[in-house]
Amino acid sequence: MTIQTKAYGTIEIDDRQQLFFPFGILGFEHLKHYALLDAAQQPFYWLQSLEVRELAFVLINPAIFRPDFEVKVIDEELGEIGLKSMEDANALTFAIVTIPENQSKMTANLQGPIIINKETKQGRQFINSDSCWKTKHYILQELADLRHEAC
Amino acid sequence: MLILSRRVNESINIGDKIEIAIIDLRGDQVKVGIKAPRDVKVYRQEVYNAIQQENLMASRAGTDLPTLVKLLPEENSKEKN
Repeated sequence: MTIQTKAYGTIEIDDRQQLFFPFGILGFEHLKHYALLDAAQQPFYWLQSLEVRELAFVLINPAIFRPDFEVKVIDEELGEIGLKSMEDANALTFAIVTIPENQSKMTANLQGPIIINKETKQGRQFINSDSCWKTKHYILQELADLRHEAC
Repeated sequence: MLILSRRVNESINIGDKIEIAIIDLRGDQVKVGIKAPRDVKVYRQEVYNAIQQENLMASRAGTDLPTLVKLLPEENSKEKN
């Protein structure tokens, strides 16, 4: 299908890239249809709204800079996007990236991770119940810091 | 906003499915127990607001993404290659 994107203008995507967020994303609850795109710059992805062209989030796989990252949510909440637990092989974990003018200060939100069920194509932003994960993790600093303390 | 006074161990019912109980009082901290159906999401307001605020900021970013490898300190990028 053809979609309008913030980063790449009008592009063609595979139907399998379409995602449904039954609860939207916090602050954008009314928008439920998105597409997951590989960004031209690895290792980022775009979560592009299919309803509002100008709305797109940059995503990253948190394991790249925090191999110890864990999502703690109750299994009932995961059930709302068709997952039994975080060990489910269909569960994909992403964090939304905030990129300020000084790009080296970009942060990832690990308190509100995005979980996608790659089989059912449903997604949801969860609130991580483990309070050691914050809304701002400095990606480059944590990536460079080989001795970061275990959470 | 409806304001009610409650003592420890007293509760408030909201509708017939939600119960809020005052469990304990210590100094300026109140321990509150909440009984609600599973589809009612209960969050600490500041956590909810912080994530909402962060999402808003993230959505305002431009489209010129950095190349992570280029931003990495010298040592790390060497290790990767």
